[in-house]
Amino acid sequence: MRVVRYETVVNSIKDMIVYSTTHLSEDMLEALKKAYEEEESEVSKAVLSQLLENADIAAKETKPLCQDTGLAIFFVKIGEDVKIEGGSLKDAIYEGTEKGYKEGFLRASTCDCFTRENLKEKIGYNLPPVIYFDLVPGDKIEIEYAAKGGGSENVSRATVLAPAQGKDGIKEFVKKVISDAGPNPCPPLVVGVGIGGSFDYAAVMSKHALFRSIGTKNPDPELAAFEEEIKDELNKLGIGAMGMGGTQTVLAVHIETFQPGRMCHIASLPVSVNVQCHSSRHSHITI
Amino acid sequence: MAEYRLKTPLKEEDVTKLKAGDIVYLSGIIYTARDAAHKKLVELIQNNKPLPFDLKGSVIYYVGPTPPKPGEVIGSAGPTTSYRMDSYAPTLIEHGQKGMIGKGKRNEAVKDSCKKHKAVYFGAVGGAGALLAQRIKDAKVIAYPELGPEAIREIVVEDFPVVVVNDTYGNDLYQEGRKKWEKN
Repeated sequence: MRVVRYETVVNSIKDMIVYSTTHLSEDMLEALKKAYEEEESEVSKAVLSQLLENADIAAKETKPLCQDTGLAIFFVKIGEDVKIEGGSLKDAIYEGTEKGYKEGFLRASTCDCFTRENLKEKIGYNLPPVIYFDLVPGDKIEIEYAAKGGGSENVSRATVLAPAQGKDGIKEFVKKVISDAGPNPCPPLVVGVGIGGSFDYAAVMSKHALFRSIGTKNPDPELAAFEEEIKDELNKLGIGAMGMGGTQTVLAVHIETFQPGRMCHIASLPVSVNVQCHSSRHSHITI
Repeated sequence: MAEYRLKTPLKEEDVTKLKAGDIVYLSGIIYTARDAAHKKLVELIQNNKPLPFDLKGSVIYYVGPTPPKPGEVIGSAGPTTSYRMDSYAPTLIEHGQKGMIGKGKRNEAVKDSCKKHKAVYFGAVGGAGALLAQRIKDAKVIAYPELGPEAIREIVVEDFPVVVVNDTYGNDLYQEGRKKWEKN
């Protein structure tokens, strides 16, 4: 059994939070540069140019790319042959999150649903995070983190289609979500689509789909083609960068299905669309 | 698409020359407020109480910045989504507010109010919080410090880049821009 110190996890979480909220990842930078080159609308091009300049300033000054430093979202895979010494993994993630957000001068954005009171005093600074745990073979801990802002989360939607609606129904649903959202979620967007599983799991998969690097293809060739088909359709909407009109509305569409077997119930076709703004702050570490 | 440099407070002739799609660089004092602060401002107006700043010609920026590091004027400071302020904005416009800065769609009541009382809605680039913070030269909390990032701040901006989304003639850049680039 491999042993990992509690403090190692805390510090790793803290570092990944501060780094990824101030440094736009390479895949996003490449995607934004490509969008800038391909954008035909003058006003959208000006927006994309500001975004690239913003990424440059944020990295140089270690300043948050966006003031909405989000809810902290984690997908964690724990090897069956590793144990944490000095505390629980969940506590370490909480402590790393609080330290990262506090010491990195990030915004505490968690509040009580009803009173709307910020939870920084009662629960902790930007606590609690949202964590999905999974148990896997091996002796490593894999942690994926994203800072998920409210603007793009607010326009995300889930549904359960009738099986007969099939791929056309999925495409129409995604198109409606993005079209209705218009400028609000800060396009150009990354669109995560979870298909199958159960109603709730489709939503989890649509979130996890956002962690995939832009520019990578879905391993399932049929779905890789479907991702491109949906992306082309969305870019015809004309929404453009920050909704000011243009050709670059969506940087990528990422589909995730329930494995094995792209499973769902014989009576259902669950579909969830999780929308991600252009400030896609995500990172991945293995301890 | 024209470009203008304007100083706050804004006068009627400043805003009536603007058209949806124009780029504007704002300089001078502007105020920050989000939903919680808007609610309080509207309550003050309804109760005939004095406001923490003069609404006449004012520009309000919808922003909840990150905390500043020691030595910084302000943290990352990009716009938040504006629709949350839609139910309050017309009252403020009626009482003299001339500009709003945010991102995302406004409802018909806000657009009508812009037309009727000569005010404009500017869009700033969401997610450009580090860049926009560089154009903010001074910041101080003037009301509701208990709201934290949502407190009302008086900030001094220099060449703060915005785009006119809703002008005083009923034009809407989001609708028109999209129509222009939509492919069927």
